[in-house]
Amino acid sequence: MAYVRKDLVGLKDLSKDEILFILDQAEKFKEINQRDVKKVPTLKGKTIVNLFFEPSTRTRTSFEIAGKRLSADTINFTSSSSSTTKGETLIDTVKNIESMNSDIFVVRHAFSGSVKFIAENTKAAVVNAGDGTNEHPTQALLDLLTIKEHKKKLEGLNVAIIGDITHSRVARSNIWAMKKIGINIKLFGPKTMLPKETAPFDSYIAKNLEDAVEDCDVIMMLRIQKERMSSVLLPSDREYAKFFGLNKNKLKKAKKDAIIMHPGPINRGVELSSELADCTQSVILDQVENGVAARMAVLYILSNNI
Amino acid sequence: MSLLLKNLKIVNHDKILENTNILIEKSHIKAVTGESPEAKEIIDLSGFYAVPGLIDMHVHFRDPGLEYKEDIFSGSKAAVAGGVTTCLPMANTKPVNDNSAITKYMIDKSKQCGLIDLYPVGAITKGMKGEELTEMGDMLEAGAIAFSDDGLPVMNSEVMRRALEYIKTFDSFIISHSEDKHLAGKGVIHDGKVATITGLKGIPAEAEEIMIIRDILLAKLTKSRIHIAHVSTRGSLKLIKWAKEEGINVTCEAAPHHFTFDENSLLEYNTNYKMNPPLREPEDVKAIIDGLKSGLIDTIATDHAPHHIDEKFVEFDLAAFGITGLQTLIPLTLKLVKENKLTWQDFVRLTSYTPSKILNLSDRGEIKEGKLADITIIDPVYTYIFDEKTNKSKSVNNPLFGKELTGIAKLTIKNGKIVHKI
Amino acid sequence: MREKEILNAHEIDGIVTRLSFQIIEKCQDLSNMKLVGIKRRGATLADRIAKKINEFKKTEVDVGYLDITLYRDDLSEISDFPQILGTEINFDVKNKNIILVDDVIYTGRTVRAAMDAITDLGRPKKIIFTALIDRGHRELPIQPDFTGKYVPTSLDEKINVYLKELDLKDSVSIEKMK
Repeated sequence: MAYVRKDLVGLKDLSKDEILFILDQAEKFKEINQRDVKKVPTLKGKTIVNLFFEPSTRTRTSFEIAGKRLSADTINFTSSSSSTTKGETLIDTVKNIESMNSDIFVVRHAFSGSVKFIAENTKAAVVNAGDGTNEHPTQALLDLLTIKEHKKKLEGLNVAIIGDITHSRVARSNIWAMKKIGINIKLFGPKTMLPKETAPFDSYIAKNLEDAVEDCDVIMMLRIQKERMSSVLLPSDREYAKFFGLNKNKLKKAKKDAIIMHPGPINRGVELSSELADCTQSVILDQVENGVAARMAVLYILSNNI
Repeated sequence: MSLLLKNLKIVNHDKILENTNILIEKSHIKAVTGESPEAKEIIDLSGFYAVPGLIDMHVHFRDPGLEYKEDIFSGSKAAVAGGVTTCLPMANTKPVNDNSAITKYMIDKSKQCGLIDLYPVGAITKGMKGEELTEMGDMLEAGAIAFSDDGLPVMNSEVMRRALEYIKTFDSFIISHSEDKHLAGKGVIHDGKVATITGLKGIPAEAEEIMIIRDILLAKLTKSRIHIAHVSTRGSLKLIKWAKEEGINVTCEAAPHHFTFDENSLLEYNTNYKMNPPLREPEDVKAIIDGLKSGLIDTIATDHAPHHIDEKFVEFDLAAFGITGLQTLIPLTLKLVKENKLTWQDFVRLTSYTPSKILNLSDRGEIKEGKLADITIIDPVYTYIFDEKTNKSKSVNNPLFGKELTGIAKLTIKNGKIVHKI
Repeated sequence: MREKEILNAHEIDGIVTRLSFQIIEKCQDLSNMKLVGIKRRGATLADRIAKKINEFKKTEVDVGYLDITLYRDDLSEISDFPQILGTEINFDVKNKNIILVDDVIYTGRTVRAAMDAITDLGRPKKIIFTALIDRGHRELPIQPDFTGKYVPTSLDEKINVYLKELDLKDSVSIEKMK
């Protein structure tokens, strides 16, 4: 059991064993985050550059903490995805920073496939921190870690993923990984937010929210990315909350011990009512905590393969 | 000046003549015969096929304005290396070919080059903005042959109606790049399974089909002629079939990449497979091949769209749409012949005979006494790597670049002169 | 035979007993003493020592298990992937007498890493190190406080420690490598 790839570009191409291996390693890293001295010397002298071509404070912070707890030097480089043709190209930028002997790139980019493009054109190890609507593998890993912690298993669980499936890299990474692991998935969202072809997801497409959450162990609510969609996809927040948001009443259909997840930041009262966001079944803050461990594991594993 | 090409398999749209000779005198075919008349120069071509010089109704030569991608010289060299002797360059140059001065510039430069016949496609609207009609009559006089706002389809139906009406005066026609720009949106690949898998934005088949039916209906309304460019979906073919059955004056073309590749090529985000219309589903590929066979699709046109490496070696969303095609036209079409999906006669019908009819170029399209000596000699089994040496275009944006191809233009003759040989 | 047994089950048990007595003698205040075994075989030995101490002194001694992978300075030289096994120390090491246990001491680098790992958890009063086998060839100025057996080796030899809990038998052997 091991992971020998140079990069972590997505979970779509990984085997079940590779995914479970990363999760196993992530579990071991949790202990470090409980210590008074939250630091190990493992990546001392390694340089991790957070290449963010799209703004994201949370993911970047989580990666930064993960890198620092492994004693790596973490540097943030922020740019825009749209600086193109004339002037410096994406690969120019990457090669530039690579020349300063960077070991690992953590990349966020607004366009699908661009992290793979970077990974193919740099010697450094590359971690996808979200590329367009394609994948966000460390988010799915931290989600799986959180689920495993609460449910003590993964295989055979019923999971509902609800919201903007089409534009969600979180949904895609989770779907690819969960299908490999043997988790049953139900998808639900406004039809404007489901892809034209849902067959590749190999998941049940629910008729309504109640149908989606029925008998579920895990309910994963996706964030409504207002900045990523035109107004023709949704009439209003109010209507979204009414038909696609989760509240106490709709939750009754799920299993009694079902956990509620959300990749954050939450639009309170839209995807999730406030009482649910703060209830005991909500594991949203556990997800954030596990994010650091998952990212430490990924950075550690990749650093061994450089 | 006479030239005898000996021992050829001569393919016309209607029949194949085995072991026959072609006598060329000056720019024309003097005889197609089993005998061996005297000639100044004799070339023995046993085992090879002779087809009428290929006519490509859809190329982008980027000249004037974007010569870093291609120019009329390099484009013409790529054409003859691909066996093509007549090309229709599209109007999306810089500035746009929307007046006779640009048209004349293109034709003059092509004459200076002297490799092929260039019949420019003029823009339908000034600046391809979709608003005011261009001086189509004037451009026709200067040598243009048809009109299209290729790549920037005329979205206003009223404008398209008037263009179709106006062009009737001059007995020319409109070429429609059929795409509803609103429905296509920011899509970069076909809206299908691969869009779901890759997270790349999709362009639905209906974006093409909606505009095809609109243009067909406008052709019906105006009783004018429309030619549908690069048909890529099975739904489009159904609409065109209906239009033809209704007696509407519509013809259409398909591009080799659309009958060779499907959306699955995009799983690895290779920008050389990014084109517009996008690669569709395997069922669409099959429908196009069936349409080529049945004659529902009238011609094969390459949509040769050269782009600089810097425009392809970027993020997928930012990469330019398009693929070069002139030098892969023969190998990709011959592949269908080898797979018994088309015959050699179909090959000729689709690549020269029918285009000559659509374009009213009665001096070509057949290897026959009295026709122009535009002849392409094909070696169908020659296998080679499509590399920097073979490639004559300035650009290499083709997923087959660096790969092995079979079938090549061994000899290209234009107006009786050898313009390419290997 | 390439591999030659140098300790059998009975001998190993005798050594563990002796080491346990040495530890008891050294640490008068057992309540302030904690055992920390280095994963994996050091951890097993720590468990055995704890059991012996319990037999002789009727005192439960806390045992923790240390994974030093993240503290190693030779990660890039290891052929197999250095998988994280996880540290399991459920007590505070601050001001405690820590008995660090491993199966073999060789270059001393593992012990150095282990001391770093422990001090990251807190400042112990004292760290005492005990090893079942000392095979020499130190690269750092580190010596065990208690050694089970000193085995002179050459660099092309390998010491294999087998413990029932992990390997179905108790045995220590020396093996000549190619």
